Amino acid sequence: MILIAIDHAGGVPRRAALELVSAARALAADGEELAAVVLGAADAAPVGEAIAAFVPRVVRVEDAALERPSHERRTTALAAVARELAADVVLLGAGRAGQAVAPRLAQRLGGALLEDAAALRREDGGVVAERLAYLSRAVLTVRAQASPVVASVKPGAYPVATPADAPGLVTTVPAATDAGDGVARPGDRRPAERGRVALEEADVVVCGGRGLGDAEAFERLVVGLAEDLGAGVAATRAVVDAGWRPYGEQVGQTGKSVAPKLYLGLAVSGAVQHLSGMNRSGTVVAVNKDGDAPIFRVADYGVVGDVHEIVPALRAALAGLV
Amino acid sequence: MIVATYVKHVPDVEARLAVDGARIDLDAAAFALDGMDEYGVEAAVRLKEAGIATEVVAFALGPARSEAALRTALALGADRAVLLETDDELDALAQALPLAEAVRACGATLLFVGGKQADWDSAALGPAAAEALGWPLCDWATEASLVDGELVAIHDVDDGSEAWRAPLPVVVTTQQGLNEPRYPTLPNIMKAKRKPLDRQPLVGAAPRTVTLAAALPSRARRGVRLEGDAATVAAELVRRLRDEAKVL
Repeated sequence: MILIAIDHAGGVPRRAALELVSAARALAADGEELAAVVLGAADAAPVGEAIAAFVPRVVRVEDAALERPSHERRTTALAAVARELAADVVLLGAGRAGQAVAPRLAQRLGGALLEDAAALRREDGGVVAERLAYLSRAVLTVRAQASPVVASVKPGAYPVATPADAPGLVTTVPAATDAGDGVARPGDRRPAERGRVALEEADVVVCGGRGLGDAEAFERLVVGLAEDLGAGVAATRAVVDAGWRPYGEQVGQTGKSVAPKLYLGLAVSGAVQHLSGMNRSGTVVAVNKDGDAPIFRVADYGVVGDVHEIVPALRAALAGLV
Repeated sequence: MIVATYVKHVPDVEARLAVDGARIDLDAAAFALDGMDEYGVEAAVRLKEAGIATEVVAFALGPARSEAALRTALALGADRAVLLETDDELDALAQALPLAEAVRACGATLLFVGGKQADWDSAALGPAAAEALGWPLCDWATEASLVDGELVAIHDVDDGSEAWRAPLPVVVTTQQGLNEPRYPTLPNIMKAKRKPLDRQPLVGAAPRTVTLAAALPSRARRGVRLEGDAATVAAELVRRLRDEAKVL
């Protein structure tokens, strides 16, 4: 039995959750059963229905405290379902929450953790993962030696699944007994100034570096081009450190890891730490004044030139395309 | 209160990597305290300077050379250090159990762990240690403070940021932005050599994963340079993105 934990937002499964379905189908042995678990308040009911189109069995754990669950509550709820279903493998998306919950869950279940897996397969009856290490420069093949196996799966590593032939069955259960006193509680949220394409789910990412000069140029050139392309906006650490952009947009070792179909780096030099967050991207475009910038070594298309001239020309050329 | 902070000795980010059998050969690499762990050391030392913490204890788990990372933590202001020494390659879950035991034994009620390790690209030790300790976790903290005996931490989410509160004891994983770590001064480096460092052999830890193979892949890139005036280059780039790479 493979159990997948479904991340959702706004009443629909996140893209990463539908990627997990593909990962689970690829991993499943002949006749092995798949199930999904959805944690949430009453308003998560549509998520259960939506995911039932993909897997034969859905367990929806409903509890008001699961609307914004702490890692502890999430772990307790997932552990209860994993035990109830005697899951051999539990898959989570390796977003921020998944990367925090997967180790806790594996530890609680006495199992093994395969972290941030770029690929999963069965080998000699065991579960094997490929994962990146050393700032994404090395690939390690790691085998789980304990059961159950809890794996967090890298966003973008698997395609979004297609619906199953027949819809699955949804059961709704209450949350397991309280996680105890030692639980973190959610506080205030501070929304970003405006809604943007979620960086880790974006097909196109436009990233700006310190070479843009100032925050105004970043807004005009990077955000402008990103809006034309319906792309996610990303920044290098130097840009975030300078206070031009929020941490949530940082790509690299200490920020997010992205793998869009198209990545455009504008005045990005390409430090090792930044490359570790984007080197799985499909097609890479780099625009930089310095022809020796390391970003050109990982670029499919390199333009040595001034972003202040190239980007307006690029936006004009794109406008002619549609 | 006693504050614990975990540090890891990792290869320099620019270190050249080589593969030796199923492992990455790091024999030629220079090692240093993981930059992600510096935020936790800094946060702990600031709590001591503010009169909130009575003692800062730095922990490392790994081979003998990890002592250097602990000496750096001591030079940055930690009071004493504990090295759980092993040459075995242990995954985060296997490391978390002895680390949790040692942290509990020192009486700490707050443990800082770097958000992501620069060698294994792993973010698992903090959560795994929190589970082993039975403590709540506030992860990826860009702000952390103690308010009315509780920890209040802020971390980024996709659409902004959010605050979390947790009762002590608690594990906090750190992120860039939490503070601006200081540099060790020469007098403090000298003083650190005389601070207590307890080396404890780590035996009997059972790994739950094994590394079968290591590789250094390089993705083939087209490496096309586009030249000419801005309008020509832009038109050529759009054409190639549409017709050649098929991403537009």
